[in-house]
Amino acid sequence: MPDGPAPVQEPVLDVRSLKTVFKTRSGEVHAVNDVSFNVRPGELLGVVGESGSGKSVTMMSLIGLLPSPPADIRGGQVLFDGNDLLATDAETLRKVRGGRIGFVFQDPMTSLNPVFNVGFQIMEPLRRHMGMTKAQARIRACELLELVGIPDASRRLKDYPHQFSGGMRQRVMIAIALACDPKVLIADEPTTALDVTIQAQIIELVKDLREKLGMAIIWITHDLGVIAGIADRVMVMYAGQVVEQAPTRELFGNPQHPYTRALLDTIPTVRGARPEKLNVIQGQPPILGAAPSACPFRERCAYRFERCNRENPVRIPAGPGHDAACFYDFNTGGPRGA
Amino acid sequence: MLDEPKQPLVRVDNLKMHFPIFGGLLRRRIGQVKAVDGISFDIIEGETLGLVGESGCGKSTVGRSVLRLYEVTDGTVTIDGRDIAHAPPEELRQMRTQMQMIFQDPQASLNPRMKVSEIIAEPLREHHAGTAAERRQRVLELMDQVGLNRDFANRYPHEFSGGQRQRIGIARALALNPKFIVCDEPIAALDVSIQAQVVNLLEELQNELGLTYLFISHDLSMVRHIADRVAVMYLGRIVELAPRDALYDDPLHPYTKALLSAVPEPDPAIEEKVERIILTGDVPSPSNPPQGCNFCTRCPAVMDICKRDEPEFREVQPSRFVACHHFNDIT
Repeated sequence: MPDGPAPVQEPVLDVRSLKTVFKTRSGEVHAVNDVSFNVRPGELLGVVGESGSGKSVTMMSLIGLLPSPPADIRGGQVLFDGNDLLATDAETLRKVRGGRIGFVFQDPMTSLNPVFNVGFQIMEPLRRHMGMTKAQARIRACELLELVGIPDASRRLKDYPHQFSGGMRQRVMIAIALACDPKVLIADEPTTALDVTIQAQIIELVKDLREKLGMAIIWITHDLGVIAGIADRVMVMYAGQVVEQAPTRELFGNPQHPYTRALLDTIPTVRGARPEKLNVIQGQPPILGAAPSACPFRERCAYRFERCNRENPVRIPAGPGHDAACFYDFNTGGPRGA
Repeated sequence: MLDEPKQPLVRVDNLKMHFPIFGGLLRRRIGQVKAVDGISFDIIEGETLGLVGESGCGKSTVGRSVLRLYEVTDGTVTIDGRDIAHAPPEELRQMRTQMQMIFQDPQASLNPRMKVSEIIAEPLREHHAGTAAERRQRVLELMDQVGLNRDFANRYPHEFSGGQRQRIGIARALALNPKFIVCDEPIAALDVSIQAQVVNLLEELQNELGLTYLFISHDLSMVRHIADRVAVMYLGRIVELAPRDALYDDPLHPYTKALLSAVPEPDPAIEEKVERIILTGDVPSPSNPPQGCNFCTRCPAVMDICKRDEPEFREVQPSRFVACHHFNDIT
């Protein structure tokens, strides 16, 4: 596993101060608040957070997949290929989406169309984005299925999604996302709906594909275990914000945000020591009715002090390639910068 | 089956649950899904038996059959000395107070049109326990016990978060002072930071009330935390049953080994050293299981005999049971 930000390269995707708000009947929900991150070519960025932390909404926003209304992108920039995807027109965005940026969703059953065979669904982006003829697209589709490890590819192109098992369907989804040779692959909880033995297969596949194809991957998950095994860099989200970001080993070995620490403390493992009692993060995530004016984690935080109730901390450098949005400094055991 | 000094509270013997498949023009019976195919285990009073396996292996069906939410195809289930699988309806109804269930999805298992107090009181009403005032008092006690604020008794389920909803489900299960609770994936629908809260609550309640749990889950790390003994299922059968530490430190069955090795480790330093056994292929269909050992199609250590004969589920070390031909020569 490569560690840390290897050679310094220009980011292929650069998201700056993204803000997404949903308008609902009972008021606004500030789902994404000032989220900034980037991903470099060939890098695997893990995005961790609980449900409602804004990880999926962030990714959907940046590629224009959220229906508006109710979604309203209030600000920010998404720089990709020299364009700001938020400022660009629908036609350009459509070309990027499924073309230069591929998407793999959580549930392979609902994201594949049950009435078309798998071959048609892999060939669709090839014909649309790459302008291939039907015959060319079929050959490429066949290669793609072989690439993702589906045996007997040419015959299986004619099969429908229900004829595939869960793991195989997720392979098909990956094949579709890879069809147009994307620069960035966004995988939203790609293994959450799968069993552990199948999950292990898919993780091996993605590791292998990354080496072969060298694209950047953004892997969204709530499972810290999955992230530890595949990511180069990890970004932790909480309540619509990025609370910590660091190279994988650094994040697991030296977490600097109380939420990350608490999260790492609560999860049980199948190896190593077994604690008698599980540590608990008390309380629940906040309801995001307004843009936060204080630290969103303060009510569950063991280290909070007075300033946390007044100000929402911005991300402060905490080491090489490492930053955390917290006023508490774990190295000095006191307030940061005080 | 076990030489334990304590008495088993639940005794399952050769349980089979086959579901018919109907098809064709006349909807005739054309086959059956052998969801659970001859499994036996005991649960000792006060312990937690973890039941793990991948989706479709039949673990939930076991949980439901043990409580006779299904009419079992064959076998017996004895709870507290009484055979529940064949009890007549009125007797069964009385026995139901002794055994309860906590479901996976707290959203789907709570009636959205009932207030929390009504939901928790329903088992009490159904079994005519106490007067209205006593029932009200009991509901408030239960809410305290599971950590719900009493003031919320008149709210509806949708006003609660997932973790709180699961607490409502737990309070309802506790209402009649059961001895035995089947927890069917009670934390699968919850967030990581909430899971630990619910698991700790279940453990506290067990210590306080002396409950016996059958804890069904696909989350191997959480089962390691909560269970005393663990049974691993694959395609309708138990392949391995052992005390928790023995199973996790030294798994015997090839499937258990592969399953444990596939669990990702939230520590990059350890993760790097994990030797993964990547199983090829998928679980066969339970309507058409392979001949011989159910795991023979994916087993990395498959032998000729595995494709012919079904391995016997037997005790290979004290209190460790395995169904694998590799352990047949060991007595």
